[in-house]
Amino acid sequence: MLKKVAVIGGGVAGLEAARQLAALGYQTTVYEKNDHAGGHTSEWDRLFPNRRPAVEVVDTLKSQLNGNPAIVLSTPITELLPNGDKFTLKTSNKSFEADAVLIATGFELFQAERKEEYGYGIYDNVITSAELEKMFTEHGTPLMRNGEKPKRVAFVHCVGSRDEKVNHLYCSKVCCVTAVKQAIEAKEAIPEAEIFCLYMDLRMFGPGYEELYKEAQQKGINFIRGRLSEASELDGGRLLIKTEDTLASRPLKMSVDMLVLMVGMTPAEGTSKLIYNLGLKPNADGFIGVSDYHLKPSETGIRGVYTAGACSGPNNITDSINSARSAVVEIHRYLSVKEP
Amino acid sequence: MKEHPFVIPFTIGLTFVILYTVVMWTIWVVRLTRREKKIIWKRLLTVKTLRGIWETIREGLFHRNIFKKNVILGFMHMSLAFGWFMLIVLGNLEARLYPHGLINPPYYPIFFEFFRHDLSPLREYEEIFTFLMDFFLLLVISGIGIAFFKRYKSKVMGMHRTTKHILIDRIALTSLWLIFPFRILAESVTAGLYNTGHFFTNFLGQQVIYGLPLDQLYYPSWWAYSIALGSFFVALPFSRYMHIPTEILLIFLRKYGVREKDSHSSYTNVELNACSRCGICIDSCHLSTDLGISDTQPTYFIRDLRYSKPSERLRETCMLCMRCLKACPVGIEITQIRKNERSEHQLFSPTSYSYLNGYAYPKAKVAFFAGCMGHLTPNIIKSTLLLLDAAGIDYTFIDRNGSICCGRPLQLNGEVDAAKQLIDKNNRLIYETGANCLVTTCPICASEFKKNYHMSIPIYHHSQYLWELTNQGRLVFNQSNLNVAYHDPCELSRGLGVVDEPRKLLKSAVVLTENSNQTKQNSLCCGGSLAITNTSAFQKSTIAASTVLQLANNTTDLIATACPLCKKTLAAAQNDVPVQDISEIMVKALMDSRKASLSEAKVKMASPKLEVVEEYK
Amino acid sequence: MIDFGYAPLKINIHDLDKADLSLMDWITARDESFRLCIACGSCTATCTAGNFTNFSFRELCHSIRRGEVEKAVRESEKCMLCGKCTLVCPRNVNTRNIIKLVRKANQNFRV
Repeated sequence: MLKKVAVIGGGVAGLEAARQLAALGYQTTVYEKNDHAGGHTSEWDRLFPNRRPAVEVVDTLKSQLNGNPAIVLSTPITELLPNGDKFTLKTSNKSFEADAVLIATGFELFQAERKEEYGYGIYDNVITSAELEKMFTEHGTPLMRNGEKPKRVAFVHCVGSRDEKVNHLYCSKVCCVTAVKQAIEAKEAIPEAEIFCLYMDLRMFGPGYEELYKEAQQKGINFIRGRLSEASELDGGRLLIKTEDTLASRPLKMSVDMLVLMVGMTPAEGTSKLIYNLGLKPNADGFIGVSDYHLKPSETGIRGVYTAGACSGPNNITDSINSARSAVVEIHRYLSVKEP
Repeated sequence: MKEHPFVIPFTIGLTFVILYTVVMWTIWVVRLTRREKKIIWKRLLTVKTLRGIWETIREGLFHRNIFKKNVILGFMHMSLAFGWFMLIVLGNLEARLYPHGLINPPYYPIFFEFFRHDLSPLREYEEIFTFLMDFFLLLVISGIGIAFFKRYKSKVMGMHRTTKHILIDRIALTSLWLIFPFRILAESVTAGLYNTGHFFTNFLGQQVIYGLPLDQLYYPSWWAYSIALGSFFVALPFSRYMHIPTEILLIFLRKYGVREKDSHSSYTNVELNACSRCGICIDSCHLSTDLGISDTQPTYFIRDLRYSKPSERLRETCMLCMRCLKACPVGIEITQIRKNERSEHQLFSPTSYSYLNGYAYPKAKVAFFAGCMGHLTPNIIKSTLLLLDAAGIDYTFIDRNGSICCGRPLQLNGEVDAAKQLIDKNNRLIYETGANCLVTTCPICASEFKKNYHMSIPIYHHSQYLWELTNQGRLVFNQSNLNVAYHDPCELSRGLGVVDEPRKLLKSAVVLTENSNQTKQNSLCCGGSLAITNTSAFQKSTIAASTVLQLANNTTDLIATACPLCKKTLAAAQNDVPVQDISEIMVKALMDSRKASLSEAKVKMASPKLEVVEEYK
Repeated sequence: MIDFGYAPLKINIHDLDKADLSLMDWITARDESFRLCIACGSCTATCTAGNFTNFSFRELCHSIRRGEVEKAVRESEKCMLCGKCTLVCPRNVNTRNIIKLVRKANQNFRV
């Protein structure tokens, strides 16, 4: 009899893992809470570092599945319970069984209204990086509430990341390079616009990232080393932002037409509830804790339950794909190789 | 009457304590300021004196304030104070009614049964006196019993923590506790020998200890009783029991209108000595209940200030949230005393802010002031301004381009000289706006404006102002069934006494539920206080989390507050219940009543112009 | 020394071998959060006093770390203790306490 594997979450990690599991001959099902697969990537316009359309990645992942394994959409798993040496997955009205479970529930975006002083939800034209991405998809350019193109845009790094005031000490890893990517895109869409990045540290750790940063410099993006302290609205709707130009050791204020908040990754709300039933605890940042950060990054501590993607901490797509494959190897070992 | 040397310890003790009290009372009163002495003199023969007498009886004998807080604790204090008082009064009456007893030495009524074995000359009063004396002795000993029990099992009494006492207090306490067992022993022995008691001591003497050699116990037991009394009296002036004579003076001085001033004074000494170190303040303090810091509360601070100087840690480890002030059964102005003590250790100089020149607030009719913290909560500003717009108020946002700090944070840290500069400067700037009224969303600023600015225009916290407008029918809200719990900011509730207006305002739009009895004057603190600098962010959010837990239950949709700092601090504690300022809730209800979208709403009159620097190059 | 009308060139370099880090150690011993600054500058940006004068809490802390004690002490007096910086600091540095510690060090040790 075919062994069943349940993949919770149909983002890039879930899709990749499902593909590999099916190829290994497991009866695999992906449970996705939304009505479409692809996770956050499906809502993104273009990806760093090479600015390839996100839809390409999602479509490739989906097409590779080719109907096997099945993706069950609009099915949020709310409970995960051990059931002998199997597991039971429940939604509000259905119940499924599996021999092994891969949790790939990903992340949620930081709710920018929690940084009240940044004015999100209070002033027009304070938007999040995700909203800007949508603008790129829909209009190909940043647009203000009144439909005009902004003449000056500031990107604020680390919104909801590296901030103990919102209990997130961790770095979300992808926002720096995303900001640089979006800044370039904004500049290309509106060549006459002035674009600023307000950063604390530029964490350009991946291949092609530093190149992207250099490209941004070449294209005239301004970098200010300082964290935004507060924004206020000027008459006429422009925004006044305050930061310290730490390189000059002087407070700095400037007016902008649009403020883009680079919202970080936060643990998905349902995930900690999901693992709570199994007796697992989140790690210090609230993401799923893995057995061994170096040696067992896919294992949760419960045999038969594995994790991949950004549900165990901020990840980019490449790392999510890699972690999915690594989890598949562990699942395969668990289901088909006799333990010594 | 046969004289006996055992009365000597008692007599010495009593003489000493009376002399000491008279001398100290005199010194304290003489050292009051001229103005204070004048008002006392003026009010001496008024109803205030009668009120003082009444309060002395109410608090000194019956301890009503403690009863209100904790019945068992109240009974303990009442049984000791009232019982002992009645024993003294009755003993005196008994001695004076006895033939040839009208004039006698002070020890005569105290040790009456020693001197008079035959009580029959009291005739028809014999029965009643012996009964009452036994009854009150029983009452006192029950109080001692509870006190003894409380020392070791304070939790049973509803007290989580009780004061840790110093040596002199332990000596006095031991003497006090021994007085009555020795008295019972002495009187029971005497009753056993001479039938001088009633249901209690006669029973003890004739039924319980009759087998003992009572003859040989007779003199030692009276000696022991006298020594216990004597040593208690000698220890009293140096121990916490000095509160007994001092509290009487305090009650009268307070009735006459004497208060703490901006620095320590003779009145402070009266207050310091009037503290009984009961420790009720410890359980009222968030630092103790939430953080386990239980050695910096007023009971210790006042003790150390009375004997010498409190340590820096003792002085600074306090949020000045004023919860202890409301809890103190003696009503000592703890917070002001601590602030005054802080002001003796100022760190900033009175020329710190000489750079504040050439700044002006714009002209205004109704001046709206957001304050420093307000600029970090722009939604409170926007919501309030939208509400003012809706009511048609012609306001000016005077610190839109930045405020000068109101001075409260410095003030709370004892930096009064530095604060004065800010107050002077800010006061003049506000005066120069020509405003006829000042509205602020910050209770910290409001508190400072009201207490130290001495402005001639009315000052409103926005909860008051918005309620006023609602009351006048200028603001109409949509009533929803949102379940809201209100958190009173310390500076607003205890500081300014504003507890009703925010509640009335909220009730006009949402369902207000009080889930805790720790509200209004007893409200909890958010933990973010500006009066303390030595708590960590973690400690602050621990307090905030505990406060949220007590304020909200699982039916609470929202926690409302009326202070930018409270909002920030409560929101920083991870919790599931959102925290909003009262203005944010009201503006939503206003928009709902107008079927308008809040996200589309724009502030109409955001004058003055927000200053923009030159283009950044 | 005879004044020849000129002086040897002053070296414009932080010499950490000679820097007086006693204030840093004194403060760190009393408030560990002093170590946690990531120099983001939020404190300076939001500062009420900094709106009117050249005052930077971030820079002040940095001066202490480089042994520029006099400068730090001189600067610390400009603070109004308003607490905005404490509310914005992403690392929960206990800013007001550090200002008070600098003031105390000034009083206690005449640094």
